[in-house]
Amino acid sequence: MTTATASDGGTLAVEIWRGKDAGRFETYTVPQRANQTVLDVVTWIQRHAEPALAYRFACRVGVCGSCAMTVNGKPRWTCRTHVSKVAGEGALRIEPLRNLPRLKDLAVDMTPFFEKWQRAQGRFTPTRTRKDPLTTVSPQSAGRKAADAGIECINCAVCYSACDVVGWDDGYLGPAALNRAWTLVNDERDGDRAGVLKSASSGGGCHSCHTHGSCVEHCPVGINPTAGIAGLKRWSIVELLGGKLP
Amino acid sequence: MTPVVLYLAQRLTALILAPLVIAHLVLILIAVEGGLTAAEILARTRGSVGWALFYGLFVAAAAVHAPIGLRNVIHEHTRWTGRSLDWSMLALAVLLAGLGARAVLAVVVTP
Repeated sequence: MTTATASDGGTLAVEIWRGKDAGRFETYTVPQRANQTVLDVVTWIQRHAEPALAYRFACRVGVCGSCAMTVNGKPRWTCRTHVSKVAGEGALRIEPLRNLPRLKDLAVDMTPFFEKWQRAQGRFTPTRTRKDPLTTVSPQSAGRKAADAGIECINCAVCYSACDVVGWDDGYLGPAALNRAWTLVNDERDGDRAGVLKSASSGGGCHSCHTHGSCVEHCPVGINPTAGIAGLKRWSIVELLGGKLP
Repeated sequence: MTPVVLYLAQRLTALILAPLVIAHLVLILIAVEGGLTAAEILARTRGSVGWALFYGLFVAAAAVHAPIGLRNVIHEHTRWTGRSLDWSMLALAVLLAGLGARAVLAVVVTP
């Protein structure tokens, strides 16, 4: 909770989802402060008004990716979202992330999100041991540049929550998992790039993306998963025509 | 068929269909504005290899393109999925190709 002095001594009307799928919004009056984040507001409510409120956070500085929630209808990382930028008329409506099973109040079950990460083979396959020298990778190579563009994902699931295709199709891997796959197929150190591409091109993979761009719009760290998914589509066609992909 | 094959087939047929649809629409405007009768239109299309190829390609591309897109729409917005959907869309492709071929033959073959 911020210790900054009150900016104007006013208050915020904050609606928060309570319960699981069946539940209701409850309204809390929270003191407004300067430089207050949405996570500050939720934490104030938990500490001063509703001790049983369930929500998730860890680092509070935009690194761990655990505090994402739906704020006034849009998925956001709450620890880096200033109330002054989203509250409008001094009102906040905070809900759990869309497209993930609700656990309680603002906490969702992230299991499907990470399971799809694995289905997309979003994990590095090493080719060396710790006794081997480090691989030299040119930061200027096209592959490394493409990988670098998507590598800073913090797994917050904001893109997954923002994606309409995820909402329509339970089997769709989603932007984050496919973005991770894109970084791996461009990583010359990975030992199974063909396997990653095959996984990312299977049912519910990159070809299911409609290029709506909601993931790009909402990604808090400025990644463009849509571009990576388009890259996977292009690459899959090249591999198909080359006889390397069924 | 794998998703990448269906994706490629739909994009390639879209590339084919785009200019053909425009040409078809322009053709309709010219025919209507020019006051051509059905008999005058048939006189131009019957026995024409060019029109047979034009509309034959049109029908083939549409018969591939439409069922793939419809399959995606059904999969995303209903609970229908799996083999029964795939076979149904294949049947739709055959139906579109059959009806389209019948229409093309009717306007290009001289009775």
